[in-house]
Amino acid sequence: MVIVEFLGPINKDDMKLDIKNLSELSEILKNDKEISSWLETCAVAINDTLICTKDFDLTDGDKISLLPPVCGG
Amino acid sequence: MIMDNRKDFLQLFDGSLPVEQITNSWYDKYKNSNFGAIITFVGVVRDENKIDGLSFDIYEPILNSWFDLWQKKAKENNAIVLMAHSRGDVFNHESSYIAGVCSPKRRVALELIDEFVEDFKAQAPIWKYDIIDNQRVYAKDRSTAINGAGILS
Repeated sequence: MVIVEFLGPINKDDMKLDIKNLSELSEILKNDKEISSWLETCAVAINDTLICTKDFDLTDGDKISLLPPVCGG
Repeated sequence: MIMDNRKDFLQLFDGSLPVEQITNSWYDKYKNSNFGAIITFVGVVRDENKIDGLSFDIYEPILNSWFDLWQKKAKENNAIVLMAHSRGDVFNHESSYIAGVCSPKRRVALELIDEFVEDFKAQAPIWKYDIIDNQRVYAKDRSTAINGAGILS
């Protein structure tokens, strides 16, 4: 089981999913009407480290964060 | 001289920043450290587009790792970077963001503050909302996707 959290303006509760990799997550989120439009501009972090590839195996307890476009200052 | 504790360099505040307190404390702390150049950039919320102010969300774990990379880069130039930022609401004509660089050399400081502020705007995990009629409206048009965004699309 992994936890998926949606940061900043994405108004969505955490999801708990039984998935093994990010390709599975991608398919689930593409079919989620609340989130699908965010995917193109969201960065992804696993356990608080940003990643740049979908080729990533997940381990039980991992936390996956989706970070939409930013604007500090 | 440096790197004892991130909290000495990166400070987050609820609401607007006490600018004089922050910048004076940085100056007092580092004026005797033989840095020939101390630069601060103070961001002030402008009254525009009928907003009453701005509001901010921050994701601290990734902000911390982003900041640590900048501190490492600054250290390679014998410099340090400093930053203060607001959480929550900041009203017009108040400050939400201060960046600082202390360096032995002027040129290093000027270049580093430019790169540090620009990378902050593009990569730091902070989300901005306009405050309009007591509602928070995500500043989508002014936001930038973080490097590597889109891998799940």
